[in-house]
Amino acid sequence: MKSIGAAVRDPGSTRRNKTGSWRTFKPVADKEKCIGCGLCYLYCPDGCISLEYDPDYDYCKGCGICAEECPVKAITMERE
Amino acid sequence: MKGVDEKEYLAPGHRACAGCGATIAARLALKALGENTIAVSATGCLEVITTPYPETAWEIPWIHVAFENASAVASGVEGALKAQGIEDTNIVVFGGDGGTTDIGMQSLSGAMERGQNIIYICYDNEAYMNTGIQRSSSTPFGASTTTSPAGKESFGEDKFKKNMAAIMVAHGVPYVATACISHPQDLMAKVKKASEIPGPAYIHVLQPCATGWGYSPEKTVKLGKLAVDTHMWVLYEAVNGKIEVTVKPSQKLPVEEYLKVQKRFRHLDEEHIGIIQNFVDGQSKQLGLSE
Amino acid sequence: MVVKVISSAEAISEAVKLARPSVIPVYPITPQTKISEKLADYVADGELDSQYIRVESEHSAMSAAIGASGAGVRVFTATSSQGLAYMHEPVFAAAGMRLPIVMANANRALSAPINIWNDQQDSISERDSGWIQLFCETGQEAFDTVLQAYKIAENPEICVPVMVCVDGFILTHTVDPVELISQEEANEFLPPFTPVNAYLRTDDPMSLGTLADPGHYLEIRYDLEKAVNASKELIEEVGKEYGDKFGRYYGLIEEYKSEDAEIILIAMGSICGTIKDVIDEQREAGKKVGLIRIRSYRPFPKEALKEAVKDARLAVLDKDISFSVGGALFSDVRSSVNNESYGFVIGLGGRDITPDNIEEIIAKTENPTNDVEWIGLRE
Repeated sequence: MKSIGAAVRDPGSTRRNKTGSWRTFKPVADKEKCIGCGLCYLYCPDGCISLEYDPDYDYCKGCGICAEECPVKAITMERE
Repeated sequence: MKGVDEKEYLAPGHRACAGCGATIAARLALKALGENTIAVSATGCLEVITTPYPETAWEIPWIHVAFENASAVASGVEGALKAQGIEDTNIVVFGGDGGTTDIGMQSLSGAMERGQNIIYICYDNEAYMNTGIQRSSSTPFGASTTTSPAGKESFGEDKFKKNMAAIMVAHGVPYVATACISHPQDLMAKVKKASEIPGPAYIHVLQPCATGWGYSPEKTVKLGKLAVDTHMWVLYEAVNGKIEVTVKPSQKLPVEEYLKVQKRFRHLDEEHIGIIQNFVDGQSKQLGLSE
Repeated sequence: MVVKVISSAEAISEAVKLARPSVIPVYPITPQTKISEKLADYVADGELDSQYIRVESEHSAMSAAIGASGAGVRVFTATSSQGLAYMHEPVFAAAGMRLPIVMANANRALSAPINIWNDQQDSISERDSGWIQLFCETGQEAFDTVLQAYKIAENPEICVPVMVCVDGFILTHTVDPVELISQEEANEFLPPFTPVNAYLRTDDPMSLGTLADPGHYLEIRYDLEKAVNASKELIEEVGKEYGDKFGRYYGLIEEYKSEDAEIILIAMGSICGTIKDVIDEQREAGKKVGLIRIRSYRPFPKEALKEAVKDARLAVLDKDISFSVGGALFSDVRSSVNNESYGFVIGLGGRDITPDNIEEIIAKTENPTNDVEWIGLRE
């Protein structure tokens, strides 16, 4: 249906905008170390980390919060 | 994750800066509220970054009208739901500190006084970040902003932050709380509680902002923790006016630990840091966090 | 058929009651308050089942109206003067978001100096907001227009809010016989509102009030322009449908003895009653004078006006002023037709408009000296 008045009828459609291209450093996890605490999942400003720590690189802006906050230092930031 | 809604109600692809604290606050709040929620935004960072037409990051119904009127818009939404006999839908408002403590104060006061059944969440980054880091009434003492710059004759902002939670308690709002994005379980529990208590609720969320505060984006959560650990930001709730601290840091750090890692405070000398420490000590005592 | 001797404020309230809005956010301001008080009575007495929100300002009245209309229900609010000026920002947003809100505006002068009496500067100052603005001559028309306003605003092809303008005090506080229609008749004319463009439903989420960048804004504003233009036909249609049902016909303009007129006065609102009396007298004296009453100020009835004015000389009366230019209606008339035309600013801040004033305007149009004249200025 055509929308008028700048109404957007396509929920979640910012997914079309792949913010992964903003990234200069990329988080990489050592899954052996991961204790599954879920903090990275909760803290991610872009909601693009799954509970099993599989970052969605289409959207990850590379802010590094997950690496910084990981209590067991399982995540490192690597240059793209 | 136990007790956490795994659905994302704020889709990625939004235009927030890397390491944005506002989106952490919104994401966590929406997880606590679930899909049966309508969101109202005041003009500000969160609104601008999430709805670049013809896209939207919101997975739930969402409305924005202007800067100062989100509480009034929410009041109208509430009226419409009531008129349709819909009683179980949450109405959550997101306003920044400018949109809440300054320009939105009147409509917020009106909505709270009327007892509108809305959850108002102020995401506080302590300045007008969307327009370029100008001072708001939520800007803390000593912070250098683009309209309260530190200079030869100035140490930056010369007023203490407006105490919004106390103002909301004075309105008789049944549930008032402070929160911080560094403490997600506390934040989500408060939002959940706010949705369960009938009548209005107000939650003031401190959310560090890398761009406006001057720190590296990965430190957003760290800054929140430092704010809590130095007692700069005390996490509490007030149920029917009765204040209870919800997070008691294991040790109280000196405020300098928090100030020195931010560009906005870097110019402060010992005297000003002392003034801030005194203020924080008083606040901490008043809230019952320290002796 | 029920006839009540009531004020326009009450006539509007009666019509709003028949329209059954779900939400009524209002804030008091003279001379509109008679409307919101009456609606409060209806709600208090259980005659009207609406959520009546006593907001803390007019800015919030319009904002709450937008919230409710955005959520997909029928909404009513009312204001005047400073109140309308205060809600200027969300008034624009309501139209931009294409929400079918109906608002009554009891026309009153704007500060400074502060003045509670009638002119039309308040509505005129919102003419570029994208709202449809319908100006009423009588209480009866105000009653009829509120019901038509919902039908126009809620048309899925239009989705534009409507401001029903009535002269403060002159209409809002004076009584006249008003013929009412029954609830059944109202329901038949105006069925319940079904939103198609905007609603806030958790089972079909949409985002309202998004940010449009330079790549999109122009088209979205152009859509509004098209809708406002398209509403001309609908206003005529709805006015005719209303007439066929209830015997009183309405359109974009009303022509009064203008057919063969050499001088045509053009005006809006209650002043037209006085003008009609003067025209009757002048006609008896053999002068070919007529009136075109602009009912729809926005959309501006360019085409209808062009056809109606023929080659008459025009005298345009404005209860407003666009400083250094003349009245706003005068500017609009001049930009729409090529007839010789003169502007008269009159009645600002509630200054009485007498038949003598109208005669003076006619005389000055017969022997013009200035493009724009202020009528009734004291020496």
